[in-house]
Amino acid sequence: MTSFRRTTLGLGVALLVMGLAAPLLPKWALFLVTIAIAKGMVALGLLLLMRTGLVSFGQGLYFAAGAYAAGVGSQALDLGDAVPMVLLGGLTAAAVAAGLGLLLARYRAIFFAMLSLAFSMILYGLLVKTSALGSTDGFNVAARTVFGLPIGSTLGRYGVYALAALCAFGAAVGLDRYLGSYLGRLAPAVRDNELRVEYMGASVRNLVHLNLVIAAAMAGVGGALTALAVGHIDPEMAYWTTSGEFVFVAILSGTASVAAPFAGAVLLELLRSFAYEHAPNTWQLVMGSAMLAVILFLPEGLWSIFRRRRRAAT
Amino acid sequence: MSPILESRGLTKTFGAVTAARDISLSIEEDTVVGLIGGNGAGKTTFLNLVTGYLKPTAGTVRFQGRDITGMAPRRITRLGICRSFQIPQVFDTLTAYENLLVGLGIVSMGRKAFVGSNLGTARPEAVADEMLERFHLREYRDEPASVLPEGVRKLLDIAMALAVKPAILLLDEPTSGVSADEKFSLMDLVLGAIRADKVTVLFVEHDMDIVRRYTQRILAFYDGKVIADGDSATVLSNPEVRRLVVGEPAPEEGAAPC
Repeated sequence: MTSFRRTTLGLGVALLVMGLAAPLLPKWALFLVTIAIAKGMVALGLLLLMRTGLVSFGQGLYFAAGAYAAGVGSQALDLGDAVPMVLLGGLTAAAVAAGLGLLLARYRAIFFAMLSLAFSMILYGLLVKTSALGSTDGFNVAARTVFGLPIGSTLGRYGVYALAALCAFGAAVGLDRYLGSYLGRLAPAVRDNELRVEYMGASVRNLVHLNLVIAAAMAGVGGALTALAVGHIDPEMAYWTTSGEFVFVAILSGTASVAAPFAGAVLLELLRSFAYEHAPNTWQLVMGSAMLAVILFLPEGLWSIFRRRRRAAT
Repeated sequence: MSPILESRGLTKTFGAVTAARDISLSIEEDTVVGLIGGNGAGKTTFLNLVTGYLKPTAGTVRFQGRDITGMAPRRITRLGICRSFQIPQVFDTLTAYENLLVGLGIVSMGRKAFVGSNLGTARPEAVADEMLERFHLREYRDEPASVLPEGVRKLLDIAMALAVKPAILLLDEPTSGVSADEKFSLMDLVLGAIRADKVTVLFVEHDMDIVRRYTQRILAFYDGKVIADGDSATVLSNPEVRRLVVGEPAPEEGAAPC
């Protein structure tokens, strides 16, 4: 069985389990998983960038752009259903990255990280100063229906959760396919040796630009899903600490598998919830210790546990 | 025979340093040409100018009759000029097989853009395995490039350039960093693999034994200029070449220093 088929099968099983488990989950868990998936989408985009050799400290920009596009779009275009709102969020973030990528794709390493952070802080500043968008308070976002089902109905309760799960499934399978294609295989080649990639006849800058747009689209979808799940958006979504959290998830998860960011995000949300519950004053300390432990003992992320086991088995 | 590669008055200066001065030469199709010269003679500069890594201060480069002066390396690669590097430029975290698949994948995605590649409709995966076979690299197929011995990395670097089946291959010191007793078997292997496709070869080399044995024609560089150009025996017996490039102080003093 090819690795692509194995991944698709694994993700399909995960999707099925999520569907079957939905009625059994308490409301808080449903919400927690939805938020984790939304953040996992952003981390999935970071996985692609990290494979290309780039770390972005500004994914909050696309996260917020997606959320605001969904929120503004639902009012301005009178979108009542959650599906077009999420689509709009992804497309808007991709369009923003297509523009900013013209500049970002020229930079690498710390310069890329800082420039991406700077752009996200510019958006944060703009949102804080725009009273039409609620300034620092933001505004409420709500979809009337999901897949045509009224959000208040019995089935509609699971609507956003199901939408998030389907988005994650689609994005993970799509990205896995992309990473296995000739084009996707150029990402690690660019990370290893840009000069040689150019000498093999491909444009490094175009590839970086494309991967930026893909990562941004995923972050935009994640932002729109978060807006729908929380029901509210504010400029904090573009703030650098939000971007930092995505990097946290990406490092926690590792880049070995497209499923890793979602597992990492769920774990992070669980850890945060319990840390907050049991150590309300020192929960950041718990999070920091967890991060330290991962870096020290699992430098390739949580997913490397599975890999090591597989290697040991063969 | 028509020239495949031609340079006219090619000059490159870096501030006060002239790395290439007025280089005019032409390479015929289906030949093996050696490029010799001491350190700083301008050999690698010439390769960098031809492949577009450096833009010439003056002069032109023509490939198959087309002016390619100042084009980006990736465009020149697509026209059919590939090169290997003195220090192997491979993708360290990828396996030998994946390294080959990078270039082959690029060609197969843009077959229309790669006017100079003779890959045809061959499957990249099949060509990658065939190349590993041809360069005796099969045992390293699934090893990451970072753990391969230097000689193997060198072969992989050349295999990557040849895999996309260019019209001309420029090799930058294929035997540097390879031990003396391995260099002939390495060159036999490399040139055998390359000439199986009838690819034109221009290779830069320090080692006179190598150029004598494998080339039909030699270009001798000194101080950024071409000081001799002709069939191998004539150039190697040229007194100026012997003094400035080969490094023999005077013929009667006997053996050349190594």
